[in-house]
Amino acid sequence: MDIAINTGNSRYQVDKNGYYGRFGGAYIPEMLYPNVEELQSQYLGILSDPSFQQDFEALLRDYVGRPSPLYFAKRLSEKYKAKIYLKREDLNHTGAHKVNNTIGQILLAQRLGKRRIIAETGAGQHGVATATVCALMGMECVVYMGSIDIERQAPNVARMKMLGATVVPATSGSKTLKDATNEAIRDWINNPVDTHYILGTAAGPHPYPDMVARFQSVISEEIKKQLLEKTGSEDPDYVVACIGGGSNAAGAYFHYLDREAVKLVAVEAGGKGVHSGFSAATTQLGTIGIIHASKTLLMQTGDGQIVEPHSISAGLDYPGIGPMHAHLYESGRAQFLSATDEEALAAAYELSLLEGIIPAMESAHALAKLKDLPLNTDDVVVVCLSGRGDKDLDTYIRHMNK
Amino acid sequence: MQNRIDQLFAKKQHGVLNIYCTAGFPQLNDTLPVMTALQQHGADLIELGMPFSDPLADGPVIQDSSTKALQNGMSLQKLFEQLAGFRSSIRVPVILMGYFNPVLTYGVEAFCAKCAEVGVDGIIVPDLPMAEYENEYRPVFEKYNLHLIFLVTPETSEARIRKIDSLSKGFIYAVSSSSTTGKDKDMKDQQAYFERLKQLQLKNPVLIGFGIKDKATFEAASAHANGAIIGTAFIKAIEHSTNIDETVKTFISGIIQ
Ligand SMILES: Cc1ncc(COP(=O)(O)O)c(C=O)c1O
Repeated sequence: MDIAINTGNSRYQVDKNGYYGRFGGAYIPEMLYPNVEELQSQYLGILSDPSFQQDFEALLRDYVGRPSPLYFAKRLSEKYKAKIYLKREDLNHTGAHKVNNTIGQILLAQRLGKRRIIAETGAGQHGVATATVCALMGMECVVYMGSIDIERQAPNVARMKMLGATVVPATSGSKTLKDATNEAIRDWINNPVDTHYILGTAAGPHPYPDMVARFQSVISEEIKKQLLEKTGSEDPDYVVACIGGGSNAAGAYFHYLDREAVKLVAVEAGGKGVHSGFSAATTQLGTIGIIHASKTLLMQTGDGQIVEPHSISAGLDYPGIGPMHAHLYESGRAQFLSATDEEALAAAYELSLLEGIIPAMESAHALAKLKDLPLNTDDVVVVCLSGRGDKDLDTYIRHMNK
Repeated sequence: MQNRIDQLFAKKQHGVLNIYCTAGFPQLNDTLPVMTALQQHGADLIELGMPFSDPLADGPVIQDSSTKALQNGMSLQKLFEQLAGFRSSIRVPVILMGYFNPVLTYGVEAFCAKCAEVGVDGIIVPDLPMAEYENEYRPVFEKYNLHLIFLVTPETSEARIRKIDSLSKGFIYAVSSSSTTGKDKDMKDQQAYFERLKQLQLKNPVLIGFGIKDKATFEAASAHANGAIIGTAFIKAIEHSTNIDETVKTFISGIIQ
């Protein structure tokens, strides 16, 4: 369960200036410079330290419950006439892939001597995963969450509070993930010395996209071993993942980036339809710009104002994507699709009835595109089931009664 | 022509008053009346905020003014329309302050050309870091004789301050404490930092900003630097103003009389 340290000179990994192709960098105000510089200069050293790796590995195994199973979904495979495997990140402690990253970052924060932790959250999964590791390590935890998300993900708000975190509503702008991230960054500006910001996705200023991708890379490291055991080959034909900022996808793709025979499929949130005005399909609607200190693709007006996205899923309701994914899109290495709210709901019901697994609304977006892939019966498809659906029951129940 | 910011500091080294106002605030067409009143009543420099949907370095007051200005219909294009011809009546140096995304989307060169055309003297882009400026954008700003003004904070190392001084033109914006705009922090705590800056004998003048709100804080800051910048307090003062000229007059006389 090593953290990927040596990534050689891959075309798809970050370069020494913090860029993926023309995307990335750290467009931070001077007030954040000491914090970000400290991370930039120290993260690789800390991650490659054997004692750090031991601690990371032990917690992933004994606390998170890794490796997460790679499950052959027989009935789903019959339906889509291919060999479909689900990478069960939903079975992790706290119910999503987010905890892989928070375990890594809390260990890093300890080594940097930080005492206070802040985070942003959309669906609440990252907030819960952060509150959890803060409780584990006895650290103060403040989570920013859009006031709209606080309403639609109530169970996760309660969990964060039970875990001792303070949940602060973000009431500016669209009152969702983008605004929660703004508030977290402002908090960091105001608390430059004792605070570490545990950013929850593969976005934000360098080194976050790379650091988060490395912590999540455990997903594809396990997939390789598990597929080899089950199929005789490490490589599937497809890896499919949903993209909010892009952390579960970054983890699921990581060790396959340079194996070009493995097709990478990214599924964005189409909302009510890509051109309905209520969508979060960044690669289709976005242009290059700066969001949360990263030069990447984002949804904006002709005047450079960031627009308010829409998705039924709080975790995908973000007007940007991480710079690695912008590069994978532009270079053609990954194929980008989008699933509408309706398609995702249908996929969530389908997985529940065919396999007895209620997926997170976000993960359901990845499942929703199985019907659109040109699959052959021999194709091996790995879908990253990034989280479980407990937090979305309200949404599911509302649509069940329709 | 020599840049107006340099002309100002050649004449005046003490107690320089720079006032920030968001363009298109409180009403869309208040931009010029506010600027005219600022010059009339004694501001030495005017900093105009280009509103942005996601102002990361700003506290609630300036955020709200930005949101209001956008709702009023402000945009970069609109701002340049309003500024066309303003140099026939306004002589003080004018600086545009805003985030990098709208500038990037407008086109950095087109933006600089437009600034030069209407008579803007300097730019503050808090989220355009020194390294990116140096690697990519410096020649464009210099081509149009626009001064890019960088920030330093109490957390900025001496080596970095020296580097910033070497790249800066016009003046250096010393943020009084590591914070977003509008935070009330005690000036006394920052004395050591201001003294440290003074000892460095930088080539650029220094203006202190963030938390300057009245005569006392303005004088305290001016004692350590060439002057100071007022933002949040001014926005609060004009937010509900029905007579811009009167409000600006009262505000400024409370600071420099
Ligand atoms: C279960 C789940 N999947 C996916 C995401 C999207 O994030 P990312 O794109 O970083 O994986 C979230 C975010 O909250 C989530 O909770």
